[in-house]
Amino acid sequence: MSSTAALEIEGLRKSFGKNLVLDGIDLSVGEHEVTCLIGASGSGKSTLLRCVNLLEPVDAGRIVVAGEEITRRGVDVNRVRRRIGIVFQAFNLFPHMSVLENVTLAPRLALRKGRGETEEQARALLGRFGLSDKVEAYPDHLSGGQQQRVAIVRALAMQPRLMLLDEVTSALDPELVAEVLDVIGELAAGGMTMVIATHEMGFARDIATRVCFLDDGVILEQGSPEQMFGSPREPRTQQFLQRIVSAHRL
Amino acid sequence: MEGRRGVAIALLSTVVFLVVVGVAITHSPGWHEIRRTFFDWSEFKSSFPEIARAFLLNCKIFSISECFILAFALLLAVLRSLPGPVFFPLRALAVVYADFFRGVPTILVIALLGFGAPALQVSGVPTSTTFWGIVSLVLVYSAYVSEVYRAGIDSVHPSQEAAARSLGLTRGQTLRKVILPQAVRRVIPPLLNDFIGLQKDTALVGTLGAIEAFQQASIDSAATFHYTPYLAAAVLFVAITIPLARFTDWLIARDRRRRQAQGMHA
Repeated sequence: MSSTAALEIEGLRKSFGKNLVLDGIDLSVGEHEVTCLIGASGSGKSTLLRCVNLLEPVDAGRIVVAGEEITRRGVDVNRVRRRIGIVFQAFNLFPHMSVLENVTLAPRLALRKGRGETEEQARALLGRFGLSDKVEAYPDHLSGGQQQRVAIVRALAMQPRLMLLDEVTSALDPELVAEVLDVIGELAAGGMTMVIATHEMGFARDIATRVCFLDDGVILEQGSPEQMFGSPREPRTQQFLQRIVSAHRL
Repeated sequence: MEGRRGVAIALLSTVVFLVVVGVAITHSPGWHEIRRTFFDWSEFKSSFPEIARAFLLNCKIFSISECFILAFALLLAVLRSLPGPVFFPLRALAVVYADFFRGVPTILVIALLGFGAPALQVSGVPTSTTFWGIVSLVLVYSAYVSEVYRAGIDSVHPSQEAAARSLGLTRGQTLRKVILPQAVRRVIPPLLNDFIGLQKDTALVGTLGAIEAFQQASIDSAATFHYTPYLAAAVLFVAITIPLARFTDWLIARDRRRRQAQGMHA
């Protein structure tokens, strides 16, 4: 494994009580790569992403981001998180703040940037993703798709080296999915390193550098999208994709 | 038309109710005596100005206590929500505090501190009964209000904290900018409810000898063998607490309307 990998995970284990969720995950993500995690609900996709962002303490194993082990004792979690953006399924915007305040809060507090600078940057980012007219709006007055785009912009405003997307379209009405996937596509085209947990198989096939199939807390199979969706080797992967196809999701 | 008919029925039933109660009271055997001692208009007029002046002390006790309660209770609530084993002693302290001061009758705390603290005769310790009355009310009401705050903090979904921390905000920044603003907004109606209780309980400070409205009424009553001064004091309390109660109801209703509107949006 090269030392220049954006993200390196070795032997990651995590359980909640007696429930073993991650049972030895090994994963290497290169710079500018887009890794899609697929698998049934409960297979550990979300937990894996939350562990990388240190929102969940890991039980065993190592996570290395851009050469720095972030799972070692005494690591400054706030510093680590500033370089890793995460976007959640349920958006989790701050409802008492306007879109602009949502986006500028972390750069101002965590990066100690000035109000003028952060607002200028936020307006530019919001404009880039078609949200210019929503700058002063409050989250409750936005559609789900708009909220999720704001959440992505909020994470981007910290200028992360790595973005983690946790089923970001699963809570959206079908007609709003595309606008969010377009944003992610644009990020990928811009060279953003991303790890994406998703149920959108068509999207994964189009955008992924690599696809990982999670089953029961392990990465059962990984490969290029062509290989994974065209000729998966593992019976469990075949079974999972078969079910997706019959549900008309691919 | 439905609305107007409803109003008419409500009006009629209220009038009937009041007439029945009024007749029952005025025809009771002791009514003549009660009217003489409780409802003497000239006595009311003569005692009212002084009681109103004394009532200013109630308002002063209320306002000063309230400021300290809001701050101290917030501190207690934050202490109690600190995570991890390191903060166990602070959490435990906050729990014991809330349990103790919600368990002891307010009037006992006021008596213990109001008579006890000045009797220590330590130099620098204030001897003012009003001062110790305020301290007692702050101690007791902070226990209640901290529970209200805590309910508010608990009502903010953990995903809000996760979102803030994931952006690199510290625990303190998350609490200050994300959790508390949402928590406090949600508990304003129950907070106002406790304010109403506090405004009434300022009368307990009178038991230490401070001349507030209730104490002034007692003095007048003892001098004239009339209970009408108590009625004057009651009118003053009600004049403050009823508008507060209506304001609280209005806030709760507005809150519910907003949440329903949001629910429809989501």
